[in-house]
Formats: sequence, structure tokens, C-alpha cells
Amino acid sequence: MTHELKEQHTTNAGQDDLLVVSDLKKHFRLNRKTVLKAVDGISFSIKKGETLGLVGESGCGKSTVGRTLTRIYEPTDGEIHFDGLKLKGRLDGKTKKRINRDVQMIFQDPYSSLNPRMTVSEIISEGLVIHNPNMSQKDREKRVHELLQLVGLNKNHAGRYPHEFSGGQRQRIGIARALAVEPKFIVADEPIAALDVSIQAQIVNLLKELQEERGLTYLFIAHDLSMVKYISDRIAVMYLGKIVELATSEELYEKPLHPYTQALLSAIPLPDPEKERTREQIILSGDVPSPTDIPSGCRFRTRCPFAMDSCAAIDPEFREVEPGHSVACHLYDEEIMAKEGKELKTV
Amino acid sequence: MDNHILEVSNLHVSFKTRNGEVPAVRGVNFSLKKGETLAIVGESGSGKSVTAKSIMQLLPKQNTIIPEGEIRYEGKDLLKFSKKEIQSIRGSDISMVFQDPMTSLNPTMKIGKQIMEGLSRHMNLTKKQARERAKEMLELVGIPNAEARLDAYPHQFSGGMRQRVVIAIALACNPKVLIADEPTTALDVTIQAQILRLMRGLQEKMDTAIILITHDLGVVANMADRVAVMYAGEVVEQGTLDEIFYRPQHPYTLGLLRSMPNLDAPRTEPLIPIPGSPPDPATLGTGCPFAARCPYTMKVCHDHNPDYTAVSGTQAVRCWLQDERTPDEHVPEVIRKGRQTSEIAADQAAIDAAGGVPV
Repeated sequence: MTHELKEQHTTNAGQDDLLVVSDLKKHFRLNRKTVLKAVDGISFSIKKGETLGLVGESGCGKSTVGRTLTRIYEPTDGEIHFDGLKLKGRLDGKTKKRINRDVQMIFQDPYSSLNPRMTVSEIISEGLVIHNPNMSQKDREKRVHELLQLVGLNKNHAGRYPHEFSGGQRQRIGIARALAVEPKFIVADEPIAALDVSIQAQIVNLLKELQEERGLTYLFIAHDLSMVKYISDRIAVMYLGKIVELATSEELYEKPLHPYTQALLSAIPLPDPEKERTREQIILSGDVPSPTDIPSGCRFRTRCPFAMDSCAAIDPEFREVEPGHSVACHLYDEEIMAKEGKELKTV
Repeated sequence: MDNHILEVSNLHVSFKTRNGEVPAVRGVNFSLKKGETLAIVGESGSGKSVTAKSIMQLLPKQNTIIPEGEIRYEGKDLLKFSKKEIQSIRGSDISMVFQDPMTSLNPTMKIGKQIMEGLSRHMNLTKKQARERAKEMLELVGIPNAEARLDAYPHQFSGGMRQRVVIAIALACNPKVLIADEPTTALDVTIQAQILRLMRGLQEKMDTAIILITHDLGVVANMADRVAVMYAGEVVEQGTLDEIFYRPQHPYTLGLLRSMPNLDAPRTEPLIPIPGSPPDPATLGTGCPFAARCPYTMKVCHDHNPDYTAVSGTQAVRCWLQDERTPDEHVPEVIRKGRQTSEIAADQAAIDAAGGVPV
């Protein structure tokens, strides 16, 4: 069963997958009539030691994916295989504890994600107290000092409070906290969005170093596409609760297939005046529709410059069009394009 | 000089705090021509927003001190204006777009009324005329169904639409100068592209001069004609767009450009961050404020703040590396290379040709 699912839903499924997500859904009931479909059936896998970037605009559900994987939210539907565990429905206490330890999160806002009334040492060791209750006070202290060193702070910082640190330093504390319980998988939800440009590179380099040293696996959620390209091995693009395209980061930037990915990439202003003057920008019209009222068929059709009749009728299937490159768009579907009487977009 | 619509010279702004006076802006100079876009870039706390707000005189009177400086708009010093005079300029001649469209609109007031407010105040229009003009403005910024939207409240708009409304308000009275403080930071990239295109289009139509405050170098490359880089309350480098991006002369500018990932570069190359973090403005010494983070520091940097040196007709920089007493071998390759390709080289060649005498 497990193997079948992998075959069915992921592109390069294999033994080395740390995480396999199949048809994950997270819906929020707002009131009796409305359901907000934040994540509406997504499948992907992440290999051990790999970084998967998850990009999309605000409201596309990328943070909800991260929060569901860390079990801050209970998924509405779908299956998650994590490191040999099958997570479906309610989890028993033991599994839950393992997930809470193996999956850690780094948050966007370093100001609100640290308790202002706890010292740095208390913040970092909180997880150790829960997951290594037998650790002596002294060992714990030693471990906190090691962690501080690891993220580029020093042991004199242990007794201080979060308000005494700058944004970049706080983010380092957040990273030390995540690393304290030796997780296998880290969800980094916009970890650099709140930081200044000159500090962003420091944190990204730190995350990369830690990954190499400890074989960590990351889900890197962001809307800043240039940083995502730099840090990720593969990138998934989300729109309104679904993944519309997934490919290696080089491939995605060189050959974006989905019209949304193309528009998204062309919309990032590049820090290079020459390129900015010469390139064609695809400017999308309108706004993202509300996730409580998702358009029929393809959810991007209301803003898509290539929308056809079939787009309103049939929800495009997310399928592999080239090894390792999947897209959910009718333009690359032979059957539909033949029906529309249009030429198939070549990959 | 006459075609400069706005000139800021030697502007100093300090705030009174419990720990004494803290300087936020320390001797800023820049000027703005008609129809031109000047980008002010810098990290949070570098004084870019304070500079903008002091032009509009939007800083709280009770704890702001402007000990020195001039802000000349069409030749007149705005800092000497009375409250009434400044009110007649604010919103009509000079207007501002703020970062957060969620908080810069009044949530209890209909959109139409918010646009009409400035119009009836500055342009002596009747209510009917003002409403007509408000409708035109909404159409201009690309809001469909403008007539009906005039009677909508801000919460009925999306973030991008709200920022369009804010821009409509700012441009309603045909201002000559538009100050846009991080106008797209709160927006998604596809919406950001729409808003930037809108601003460029409107600028062409109305010949507005824009001061664009941002930390996003991509937005700068997309919009600006000239760039001023601020650090710790000073403009450390100023030049045309190409000079700043292709021939940066200040180590901080260089550092900013290098710490951004290049989309074409291979991923294996590590980013080159600027070490450390920006200084606390309350504890600045007499030296160069960037000295503690600068890879090319010399002894002089810690004690004396360098003067502003022109390196071309349009580029100027505050750095000891530009000083002629600095030994050539100490000046890093990138900066020397930049200098050679710049006009300076040509100037220098002319000087050399004339036998060492400036022509």
C-alpha cells in the first residue's frame, strides 16, 4: 500500500524519502455555510538531506502545509509517511511525541516567536526538558552552550532575554531551539522575511551549513523566490491550496511550465538594472480568488492569459511531463489540447 | 540647479528619548528633479523613513529636533513654514504613499470620501466635481466599476486594491513630488508588479518626481533613475542606477549587492553576508559608522568619519578608500575596477594627457 501510494503520487519516490505526503487536505470551517480550503489535496515527497522550497503568494496555503506537517494543525484528510511512520487520522501518544521531536519549526517573526519572559537558556532547553527528562541540569546547560556556539552566538548570551537581541540574533535563537532536540526534519516558515537584506544572507548560510553538517531535511517556505532558488534543491509552487508545478530549482527557473509560475518568476524584480530594462514582464490581472470560493476547474483560470473552455470544466491533473518536472495545466495535456483544437505546448 | 524641485541639504533629525537625544538622520543631502525617481535604500533604522517624514513634517513635534538642515521645495525652505503653510503643501504639492495599506486608510470612511477629502481641501472643487474627479482617479489606478466602488469601505478591498486607493488619494491633487515609503513591501510579487507598473505609468503621464523608499534592490532596479544608499542616518553613497549597481564604490553598497543571491549563479557558491548588525544610533562614535562591519577597515576609519567625495559627475561616496592618501594596494580590486571604468578614469586620463594639470 505504502509503495503504491508513493508510486502514484510522487515523482521520484524511493527508499531515501524522509517524507511522503499524499493528497493532504486542510479545511477550516468558518461558519455553517463556508469552508475555507487552505490546502486542498497536495502530494509531494522530500528526500533525506534535501531542501524542498514551497513558494506562493499570501493565502495560497503554504504556511498551512508547514503547520500541518508539524502537527500544529490536524490534517482534514490525506496521508503522511514520515521516516517509516504512517500518520493518518488521530495519532497515539507515542507517535505524537516522536513527531514533536523529529519535526521542528523555525518561524517567520523572530519577535513574536520567542517568549519574552523566558531567558535564552530556558527557551532553548524547553524541548530538552520534555524530550530528555533524564538529562542532568549540568548536561543541559552544556548542551545549550554548544547550541549557542553552533548558531553563532556565545554562552554569555544564555542568561539574557529575547528583547536584548536584534532580529537576526533572535532568529539564531529560534534555530538553536529547533535544533536542541536533534530533529530530522525542519519546517522553516519564511525564516528570513522579517530580516534586513544584509542579515538574510547570514541566516541562509547558517541554515545551509547546519544542513550539511547534520544531514537535516528542510521544507523552506517563502515568497522571496530568489532566496528560495538559492537554498532549495527542488521547488513546489502553490496556488490557492494546490501545487501547480514542481521541479528542481534550476529547471523551474529555466523552464517554468505553468502560466502562474511564469508570471510569478517574471514578477520578481531582479537587482540588475540591465535585465530589468530588457526583459518582458507578464503582469497578471486581478487578485487571487478567495479560498472560500475556489473557481471551478483549474483554480488559476480566472487570472490565466491562456484560459480555454476546458479550464473551467476540468480540474487539471498534476502529472509528470518530464522526469522530475510535474505540472497541473491543460496546456501540456495532449487529449485536452486536441479537444480544444489547439497546439500542444511543447515542454 | 533650477530644475531641482526638491533639495534636501545637511538635514539632521534627532529624537528625544529617556536616554538623551538620539540622532536618526545625520547630515543627509540629496536633490530631486522633475519627473525623476530617486530611490533611497537602506536597512531598518538607517533613517530613510525619518528623512521622508521630515520632508512631509509628519514627525511628532514634541520629541523631534531638527537642529540643522534645509528642505527646499521649489526654492523655499519647508522647515521654516508655518503649520498652515505646510498643510497647504502636504497632500497637494507633495504627497505620500505609506507602506501598509491596511492602516493608512480610515476604516470607518467610504473610499470615495477619503479621496474627495484632499480634493475639496486643496482644489476648491464642489462636492459633485470632487466626486467626479475621485471616480476618474479610481479608474486611473485601475479599479474596475469605479462609480460603485466610491461607496465601498476599505475592508471590502484586497491589499493590492487598497494600495491602489492610497495611490489614487496621493495623486488626486496632481502632486509634483510623491514620496512612496515601501509602497509594495506588504504586497505579493504579482500584485507588486502591477503597482510598480501603475506608478511608472502615472509618473510618465503626470511628470511626478518620486522618492521611493525601499530595502528591495530588485524594486530599485525596476524603478529608479538615481539611488541614495543610507546607513546609520547618513547617505553613504549616491549615484545613477547603473553606477550603484555596476560600479559601487562604498563597501556597504557592495556588501548589499553581494549578499543577494544571483539567479544565474550556481547554488554551491555561498552568499557573502555583511557580518554583524547595524549600529545603535545612540552609541555612534566619531568614526565611520560602517567601520565595525567593513572588510576593508583602516585605522583612520575608527576615529574619523570620511567626507563626501565625488567620484563622477553623478556619483558621490563617503569612504576613506576614496581618499588619495589611501595606498592603492589597500583599495580592493572591485572598487578600483569600478573606478577605472567610471568617468573618473576618463577625467584622469585627460589630466594625465595634460601633463598632470587639471584641464
